[in-house]
Amino acid sequence: MRAAAVALAALAALLAPATPGLAATPQASQHEIEGEVMCPVCGTLLELAEAPQAQRQKAFIAQLISEGRDKEEIKEALVAEYGEGVLALPRGSGFSLSAYLVPIVAFAIAAIALAVGVLRWRRGGEGGDAADRNRPAGPSAEDSARLEADLSRYDL
Amino acid sequence: MSARSFIAFLAVLAVVGLLGFGLLSKGSALEIGDPAPETTLPLLEGEGTESLADYRGQWVLVNFWASWCDPCRDEAPALEELQRRYGDDGFTVLGIDTEDLSDDGREFVARFGLTYPQLHDGDGEAGDAWGTSGVPENFLVDPEGRVRLLFRGAIGEEYLRERVAPLLAGGGS
Repeated sequence: MRAAAVALAALAALLAPATPGLAATPQASQHEIEGEVMCPVCGTLLELAEAPQAQRQKAFIAQLISEGRDKEEIKEALVAEYGEGVLALPRGSGFSLSAYLVPIVAFAIAAIALAVGVLRWRRGGEGGDAADRNRPAGPSAEDSARLEADLSRYDL
Repeated sequence: MSARSFIAFLAVLAVVGLLGFGLLSKGSALEIGDPAPETTLPLLEGEGTESLADYRGQWVLVNFWASWCDPCRDEAPALEELQRRYGDDGFTVLGIDTEDLSDDGREFVARFGLTYPQLHDGDGEAGDAWGTSGVPENFLVDPEGRVRLLFRGAIGEEYLRERVAPLLAGGGS
């Protein structure tokens, strides 16, 4: 029994260096990949598509999984067949990076514009108060006299 | 120009730019008489690329197809027959396998014994440039590179015999 265990351990030690990637590479998931790539004909996620082209695409993915390819390799193969547009999430490099950067930059510009607008509005409000402060507190003598005259006409 | 006006200008420019990109990235449908797009595509079989420009000076029936498309199977024999009949006389059918797995496309070509040249349009870019809305679609392009006939759907023997063949036989007059 012990000899058999030693033999098995030796066999495992011999095989391990020959296949270093197999233990480290996680098995690609068909469902996960279908949720991250597009059906080019349908314009929807592959997992939602039922068109004949989508069925062939799903079979292609299944075949690559059965060959032991990992997720990134399968995505590369899909890009080679259908172009970059097959990826539901753009890559984080090259021109595709703009898909992530543009919204961030646009949001930053909008936030700055809003902040500048609010500051100007508040300053404008303060400027308006200063103008009011220069104005006399009550009605002028002329206005007071006219008011008195008008009131006296309706005095009962 | 004040900072506020400049920011507003940039925002308007961005919106107009996005709208323009959206319109330009989706080609409009071709009409008869329009110049045919000359998108360069990889060959379906073997290495290298080709474009419609490589066929300038001869009649070309551009056929968009895909292996997963049933009507494409129906029309393939008629197209091959047309190629066999007129292929040596300043004419060729040019197949464009679109949004299809290249292995599936090659299998389709072998199954139907297609002898005319085949290109691969995996991302559908050429289909967009030609304004296709599906497969199959067929465009007869004259030697000057202009669309002379277009047929959306599976092309039949009758159409090829009555509309296409007279143009090829008569030199397009």
